[in-house]
Amino acid sequence: MSQGTYIKRHNRALQIYAVVFLIVLYVPVLFIPLFSFNDSVYVRFPLQGFTLQWYGELWTREPVWNALWNSVRVGAVVSVISTMLGVVAARAITRYRMPGKSALVTFIMMPLVIPGIIFGVALLVLMSRLGVPLSLYTVGLGHLIFCLPFAVATLLPRFEGFDPSMEEASMDLGENGWWTFWRVTFPMVFPGVVASLLLTFTISFDEFIMAFFLTGTDPTLPMYIWGQLRFPQEFPSVLALSALILIASFVLVFVAQWIGRVGLDQNKETP
Amino acid sequence: MTSPNAFISIQNVSKFFGTFRAIDDVSMDIGRGEFFSLLGASGCGKTTLLRMLAGFESTSQGEIYIDGQPMSEVPPHHRPVNMVFQSYAIFPHLNVRDNIAYGLRKQKLPKARRDEMVDEMLDLIKLPGYGSRKANELSGGQRQRIALARALILRPKVLLLDEPLGALDKQLREQMQLELRALQRQVGITFVFVTHDQEEALTLSDRIAVMSGGRVLQLDTPAGLYETPKSRAVASFIGNINFFRGTVRRNGGPTGAVEAEGLGVVPVPAEQLARPDGAPVLVAVRPEKFALSASRPADAAHAVAGRLKNAAYLGERSHYYLQIEGRDEPVAVSSQNLGGIGAAAGERGDATFWISWSPDSMVILEAE
Ligand SMILES: Nc1ncnc2c1ncn2[C@@H]1O[C@H](COP(=O)(O)OP(=O)(O)OP(=O)(O)O)[C@@H](O)[C@H]1O
Ligand SMILES: [Mg+2]
Repeated sequence: MSQGTYIKRHNRALQIYAVVFLIVLYVPVLFIPLFSFNDSVYVRFPLQGFTLQWYGELWTREPVWNALWNSVRVGAVVSVISTMLGVVAARAITRYRMPGKSALVTFIMMPLVIPGIIFGVALLVLMSRLGVPLSLYTVGLGHLIFCLPFAVATLLPRFEGFDPSMEEASMDLGENGWWTFWRVTFPMVFPGVVASLLLTFTISFDEFIMAFFLTGTDPTLPMYIWGQLRFPQEFPSVLALSALILIASFVLVFVAQWIGRVGLDQNKETP
Repeated sequence: MTSPNAFISIQNVSKFFGTFRAIDDVSMDIGRGEFFSLLGASGCGKTTLLRMLAGFESTSQGEIYIDGQPMSEVPPHHRPVNMVFQSYAIFPHLNVRDNIAYGLRKQKLPKARRDEMVDEMLDLIKLPGYGSRKANELSGGQRQRIALARALILRPKVLLLDEPLGALDKQLREQMQLELRALQRQVGITFVFVTHDQEEALTLSDRIAVMSGGRVLQLDTPAGLYETPKSRAVASFIGNINFFRGTVRRNGGPTGAVEAEGLGVVPVPAEQLARPDGAPVLVAVRPEKFALSASRPADAAHAVAGRLKNAAYLGERSHYYLQIEGRDEPVAVSSQNLGGIGAAAGERGDATFWISWSPDSMVILEAE
């Protein structure tokens, strides 16, 4: 079937390109898990032997658990708030006629292209001018700005994908705006909401630059790793930790992508 | 203010989108239990008017009354109307039962009663046993019926239908038209039905409002629109029709006549002719009002001869195009194929035929 049309025909050159692309992209990253199992303090070839020692060491280290807990807390709060704001923004963008809409969308998407260091410095200056002490809250605020465009970008296609007469039909059948949202709009965009939660959590969890400028005394996990790089003997443990973060992030993003696509076509089904 | 048996009263309603006037000073009364159609070409404002009845668009001017109540401050979810959308808008995340029961939440019925009502509806729309299907497992006609059931279960006073049959093929559409009409008689609800298909409107409606450019051109029964159109636009929008340029000839008497190009001087009933002598008019005659014969019919008061230019065979009837003297365009004549004349006309090609007509079938319109 996929052989049938010109567009869907297998293309050898394209396949080779894709494989090379993935290798260039991911081979450097693969050295991290590889050396995390290496029985040596030094990261160099040849490999010395297999060990789970570095992972075991991580397990017993109190500060790692604290940093992990900090990151999870920030990630959870940031993902919930940015997704909620994203739902509101995506709904407004798709449902209302308003002047300057495209400018607004560009504005919301801006943090995607502005370097994190600029946002980080700007927020740091702002916080110190306002006399707000640096803490996990300030980190969360930075992450929120950073995550919002991702939430909106994930949710927009869900809102664009369904017929506005669905909401009108609900109103017509006697439900007010609030009930219409919970009985029609929310269930129909639900996969997008889950995808947005997972994606923004992952982004916050992995984020470093904002955290670098805005962290107080409680480090997030990436900040903890940064701090450990000063100690060569800790390096294998850092690799083990990084490998774990890598895997968790991969899984979350894959799940988010997969859920985000579920039923996207089905909603457009009406003739 | 509203006339006593008007159930929906639309009074001097206009709608602007920016400076564009989508609805232009429309007034009409719709009776209780009536099957009322809005008919007009694409973009004439039918959907806009329907959406104003449902409450999705506000009125820019004027007021809509339903059952005596002004509607301008009433939001859609409090209006005693329900709508069947052109796209049906069946909720894709709910199955058929839950779609039909959607509007019942606020009535807080026991589950057994609710199930019973849904079952009744499934029987009414002839889809028993489809309750657990999802929207994407239904055909277009089935979705349309679910959309109907979802609205009817709430026993609305008015059902608004926006081209509900537009997406269906011809055969299914004709079947659904009959079902819709039967259903409307059965439940006795006022239907306001939007269509741009004139045949559909004629088949289904008690009365039809013909719209153009945001205005109502004529509001009448199907027979009234067909037999006595009030303007050229209405006459040509509904069915086929021949137009002849004509002049009023009063000859001093109380009754009068028109002289129409190619048809000669024909006396017409006085009530059709409230115009002075010499006034230009437009005479309209439907193709089937002409009788076709091979020779001059002996008993016909009015008959002219014409040369056959063209014939189209349509099964039960044929269309003939005759060139008559004094008129540039050929006259369209529609005649049933009863054997004889139809077959003969088809064979003889460039032959001469006679057309005869009764003066009653001539509609006198304003000349433009
Ligand atoms: N939201 C809107 N903003 C601006 N113009 C609109 C809007 N909705 C409708 N119009 C305009 O109003 C006019 C009437 O539209 P409407 O949808 O009522 O037409 P319609 O008679 O239902 O046509 P169709 O048979 O194609 O559905 C059209 O010219 C349309 O472009
Ligand atoms: Mg329309």
